[in-house]
Amino acid sequence: MEEAIIRIENVSKTFVTSDNTVEALKNINLSIGKGEIFGIIGMSGAGKSTLVRTLNFLEKPTEGTVIIEDKDLSKLSEKEIRKVRTEIAMIFQSFNLLAQRTVLDNICFPLEIVGTPKAKARERARELLKIVGLEAKEAAYPSQLSGGQKQRVAIARALATNPKILLCDEATSALDPTTTKAILKLLKEINEKYGITIVIITHEMTVVQEICSHVAIIDEGVLAEHGTVEEVFSHPKSKAAKKLVFMVNHSTPRMDGRRCIRITFSENSSFEPVIANMVLECNAPVNILLADTQDIGGIAHGQMILQLPEDVAIQEKMIEYLKRCNLEVEDEEWPCD
Amino acid sequence: MWSREVTNMIIVGVGQTLTMTLVSTLIAYLIGLPLGIALVVTADGGLKPNKLVYKILDIVVNITRSIPFLILLILIIPITRFIVGKSYGTAGTIPPLTLAAAPFIARMVESSLREVDSGVIEAAQSMGADIRTIIFKVMIVEARTSLIVNATIVLGTVLGYSAMAGAVGGGGLGDIAIRYGYHRYQTDIMIVTVVLLVLLVQIMQVIGTKIATRIDKRNI
Repeated sequence: MEEAIIRIENVSKTFVTSDNTVEALKNINLSIGKGEIFGIIGMSGAGKSTLVRTLNFLEKPTEGTVIIEDKDLSKLSEKEIRKVRTEIAMIFQSFNLLAQRTVLDNICFPLEIVGTPKAKARERARELLKIVGLEAKEAAYPSQLSGGQKQRVAIARALATNPKILLCDEATSALDPTTTKAILKLLKEINEKYGITIVIITHEMTVVQEICSHVAIIDEGVLAEHGTVEEVFSHPKSKAAKKLVFMVNHSTPRMDGRRCIRITFSENSSFEPVIANMVLECNAPVNILLADTQDIGGIAHGQMILQLPEDVAIQEKMIEYLKRCNLEVEDEEWPCD
Repeated sequence: MWSREVTNMIIVGVGQTLTMTLVSTLIAYLIGLPLGIALVVTADGGLKPNKLVYKILDIVVNITRSIPFLILLILIIPITRFIVGKSYGTAGTIPPLTLAAAPFIARMVESSLREVDSGVIEAAQSMGADIRTIIFKVMIVEARTSLIVNATIVLGTVLGYSAMAGAVGGGGLGDIAIRYGYHRYQTDIMIVTVVLLVLLVQIMQVIGTKIATRIDKRNI
């Protein structure tokens, strides 16, 4: 692994409210290498947003610490932490742009914080607008932009102070799939071009697949599993990982049987669920390849083509069931695959 | 009965009303704005939560807010006398008006600043902004429309209070309405002053709304 830029050491975070205590994070240990695109994935409520906020100490861990390069954040003063934060940028699901400032002034804001002279800040902001492809929008206000454009402005703003790390908190969750792809592509470009380490918090496995090199899975405040994306995807070990991986790979297996039958309805009641009853009776799925039936005066008329399961015994059982229901059944040539 | 003197008196009254309203609102903002900011900052979940400070400020604001203006006017006469040298006239109404308006403004400012999206504040924090920057460059700027709308409401309320100040010889349109309209049964003068008061409120409202809309970039 590359030299670690972020080291999360024994981090626990407990929220105490007047009527209950929530353990959001339980003893998390994780290293994130320089220049990686690191995905942190989990179901909502798993604690991943809390975890990402401990990386810039927006949430102070109840126990443990976070080390950025060689700086132990738990040992720094407020002022020093603010200094570190200028090197760790963050983008958000809801973009969090200043609504009363133009696009250009939004990008200038982090530069104002570090005391960059105005003219220089504007010059830098224009440069960044070019990088994110929004040169034409510098005088626009956030309300005039689309979601994808807002996130681009947020990315430009995040890059203004040349950070070493970019934290993305569900940055694409509010965007449509096409825009998500474009934003992820932009993030990847930024990672490659400027060597910025990117930490992506998401609940979508597709985001991780798309750009991450490494992934950590958080489940109920616990680090369930971590490793390279290939490792975790090909051999998910933990329950949480399996659940997330299968969500992408689809849990319903496809039908492999090659025998197809044509059934003709001519006298059954339209209100008799023949196919569904057969499936329940035989306890095996069928695939409806074609259906053309209609209700004529309460009687079902028409045809259906079914793809039957591989098991010959079940095939026969199904055909027999259908015949018992007074349906015409005949074998059908259907190009499966 | 409607003489040049009456006209002059009414013109002077408009001037006095405006002076009382604007001067005391302005001074009250010097107190109420920091107080409102302090309430938001020290509140639970604020930028620097402090239960004790918040509670004290909260109680002080509530107490001053709950004293009826007419009582406050009389109650603080010694203070008024100490500050402006007299307890009557236009100048004499400014301390009580200020004192009545300041906690009201503090609440208004508090509610405006609370409307600011916490995500935007978090974003500023993530950039390393300190509290001062967040207050002045994020919260106040983002809440400016709401602050202006509320300032308009404050002006209207103070204008109403200033009419009551007529009771201690504060001058202004309210004073004229009470002296001529109520004590002397000169209904016509009373109606004119009331119409003028309504007009003043209306003008302030229109200007306030106009400014608020113009500076708001959230829906353009």
